[in-house]
Amino acid sequence: MVKPSEQSSHDSERTLALRLRVWRQLRGGEGHFEEYSLAAVPVSASFLEMMDMLNEQLIREGKDTVAFDHDCREGICGMCSMTINGMPHGPIPGVTTCQLHMRNFRDGETITVEPWRARAFPVLKDLAVNRSAFDKVIQAGGFITVRTGSATEANNTLIPKPIADEAMDAAECIGCGACVASCKNGSAMLFVGAKINHLNILPQGQPERERRTLAMVKTMDDAGFGNCTNYGECQAHCPKGITLDVIAKLNRDYLRARVKEFFSSTGKARKGGE
Amino acid sequence: MKLDSKIPAGPLADKWNNHKAKLRLVNPANRRKYHIIVVGSGLAGSAAAASFAEMGYEVSCFCYQDSPRRAHSIAAQGGINAAKNYQNDGDSVRRLFLDTIKGGDYRAREANVYRLAQVSTSIIDQCVAQGVPFAREYGGLLANRSFGGAQVSRTFYARGQTGQQLLLGAYSALSRQIGAGTVKMYTRHEMLDLVLVEGQAKGIVTRDLVTGEIKAWASDVVVLCTGGYGNVFYLSTNAQGCNVTATFRAHRRGAGFANPCYTQIHPTCIPVHGEDQSKLTLMSESLRNDGRVWVPKNSADCTKPASEIPEEARDYFLERKYPSYGNLAPRDIASRAAKEVCDEGRGVGQLVDGKRLGVYLDFSAAIKRLGESAIRERYGNLFDMYENITGENAYRQPMRIFPAVHYTMGGLWVDYNLQSNIPGLFVGGEANFSDHGANRLGASALMQGLADGYFVLPYTVTDYLAGVGLSGRPSLDRPEFKAVVKEVEDRTNWFLNNKGTRSARSYHKELGKIVWEKCGMARDKAGLEGAIRDLQALRDDFWKNIKVVGAGNQLAPELERAGRVADFLDFGIMMCLDALKREESCGGHFRTEYQDAGEAKRNDDTYAHAAVWKFMGEGKLPERHTEPLTYEEVQFTTRSYK
Repeated sequence: MVKPSEQSSHDSERTLALRLRVWRQLRGGEGHFEEYSLAAVPVSASFLEMMDMLNEQLIREGKDTVAFDHDCREGICGMCSMTINGMPHGPIPGVTTCQLHMRNFRDGETITVEPWRARAFPVLKDLAVNRSAFDKVIQAGGFITVRTGSATEANNTLIPKPIADEAMDAAECIGCGACVASCKNGSAMLFVGAKINHLNILPQGQPERERRTLAMVKTMDDAGFGNCTNYGECQAHCPKGITLDVIAKLNRDYLRARVKEFFSSTGKARKGGE
Repeated sequence: MKLDSKIPAGPLADKWNNHKAKLRLVNPANRRKYHIIVVGSGLAGSAAAASFAEMGYEVSCFCYQDSPRRAHSIAAQGGINAAKNYQNDGDSVRRLFLDTIKGGDYRAREANVYRLAQVSTSIIDQCVAQGVPFAREYGGLLANRSFGGAQVSRTFYARGQTGQQLLLGAYSALSRQIGAGTVKMYTRHEMLDLVLVEGQAKGIVTRDLVTGEIKAWASDVVVLCTGGYGNVFYLSTNAQGCNVTATFRAHRRGAGFANPCYTQIHPTCIPVHGEDQSKLTLMSESLRNDGRVWVPKNSADCTKPASEIPEEARDYFLERKYPSYGNLAPRDIASRAAKEVCDEGRGVGQLVDGKRLGVYLDFSAAIKRLGESAIRERYGNLFDMYENITGENAYRQPMRIFPAVHYTMGGLWVDYNLQSNIPGLFVGGEANFSDHGANRLGASALMQGLADGYFVLPYTVTDYLAGVGLSGRPSLDRPEFKAVVKEVEDRTNWFLNNKGTRSARSYHKELGKIVWEKCGMARDKAGLEGAIRDLQALRDDFWKNIKVVGAGNQLAPELERAGRVADFLDFGIMMCLDALKREESCGGHFRTEYQDAGEAKRNDDTYAHAAVWKFMGEGKLPERHTEPLTYEEVQFTTRSYK
């Protein structure tokens, strides 16, 4: 007897006919939806391979292709960014758009494809947006200062396994921006919280802990991201399973940093220019 | 073509230290007056750009992605080697060196490989200090595993995402410098040509992928860390954007391209499922630590579910053929063995083009021995990924895998200083040819990228800058820059205006099929000669019938693709030519005419050299030059993993 899970390997022959409502927009222009029909999409294809098929069809018709961001197509680079039927990265939890496969859609279905919608992520063209605000947040403090060549022997720093695992859980963030796109406030707290958690719990991250937290939060606020009001959509749509507790810890660390900043102020002018 | 490897004199173990002591320095107050261009922001590029900026140089870094954090180094899963000997299992710099030379089938440069092994330990220190969350033991010390053909546990890892964590470490160092204003980062910029002034590399021409602006940049030195050329095969484990354009354009300007036929086919990828597939997904080789590779003994069993094939009807072919290494046999050997059993008609999985190209990777024994939770702890994310793509649960039934193009050992020729034969053009990471010979061992690519970026280029580029002095940076008004900008503009406009009929992707697919069939896991003279003819015809057709939609002043993915495919077509011809002229088998290059019962048969008398190709003009075949590989410490032996 063939087990149900073993049958799916032979599903490649099955295909779908789809209607697509795709957001089209030129840089600096107004956007609109356009509708396309696409036939014979194999269910084994990924969502982006389906978009490739649409683009090849558009080329045959002499029309401009749909621009979208994508690169590794294995769920790790964080470049792909589509809101599919209203959900960033589509309906399946824990996967990026490039890892979403067409077997999750029905024959005859109408699929709506939009870019990330967020004030801090302006549209460049069609489905591609500018996420450089994330880079700016990291540039403000998402690092441990260590010059090349100045590191000590690696095993001099003992890190308990649970701490290393917790740091790794947070460090899995791929910086795709689905958290921002899913949040009605356009908040980046899950992204910032993940990086703060990764670096602030490690012993190497302690010297810059307060400085990092304050600088990253300030840059986040300046970039036009909204506030967190605990809707939790970010956690629901994060393809890497980053959880809301990183936001709680970000708030705790931010408060801690502000308090320390307040009490460390002695009234004396600081030396060293900062 | 002058190919001086500049290998320092003296005993192998002292070469790098002696050499470093002789390299010239630049006064700290003068460093900000030098401008360094780094192209690419993967492990080598980010690490180099950050290190240069920390030293005080003015740095500009370019990448085609929307952020430096997306470079394809991020996708490396398994780990990074270092000769720390934390596991007390007899590892040492010398052993890592010997393993790498042997793994590369005696076609790598001894001195470079020894240096790589030497600096490997500093890489781990550097990454840990940056906060890279490597796996740890309960005592708080770093954990290691054995990986891809190594008999010691020297691989450091961060779950199945080691490349991601190392890249994010390098990205954080780079970001610190961008924030400090010492690195100017240009994302969504693609390098489309190299500019030479009086025979030296002094700048690049880029296209801003968002606005379409084509612009020249002048510098004192150019460092290319632009990755490999695996996407010449269309289907590979590379990211969609990975391309050969930067290195191939440098080649067209006079840089020698070494050993393009050395490509690595990785044994553990998810098999091809259909015509519209755009990429192949790697499953980390670490899976081979606990998975057993098999196919049915009898081809009649190939269509049955794995659970219905009894133990005695299974052929664990790696364990059978290579008893001492078993499922951990090196990549080229494991890949070829899988191809052989599939060619015998014993492959499993879907029929694609009338063949079943897949073998089982079975975890049932490991799950029985260690429990499902232990396997989940080790490989959970990989099993999830497999299920996303195939819809199958690998805890319940074996995975199906097949080899796929993964890494390219060839690249721009560089000397010991990682400088190409064009003065002022340095090349790091996968983009150069220097360290892996004809085959790369698992967990060595991350090591090489970071070694080049953190610990080699900062010294050797400084030496070059000290040599050229402060008058080295030319003005953008020079005719050399204007001429190259015009060439790039003309080519771009030609693509946009050509009234063609075929998409760039369709050409790329056809190119990929030709080179995969004729210059893939097994090659022969007739096939390669035919492939060169086919590729020349395809190239001619491309330049008549390519159709590019879109506008030049917007994001134009089809324009980007057409430019990359154009270079891949020329490159593919050179790759097949290199494979044709190397009349031996070594590492990833397997010529069916040269074998001992299925094992690669090297010809050390005639081919112990790097083949370096010189560009001879548009539409002409390149010219072959050689750099002899002399081994002072290592004896040639036949690579045996039996």
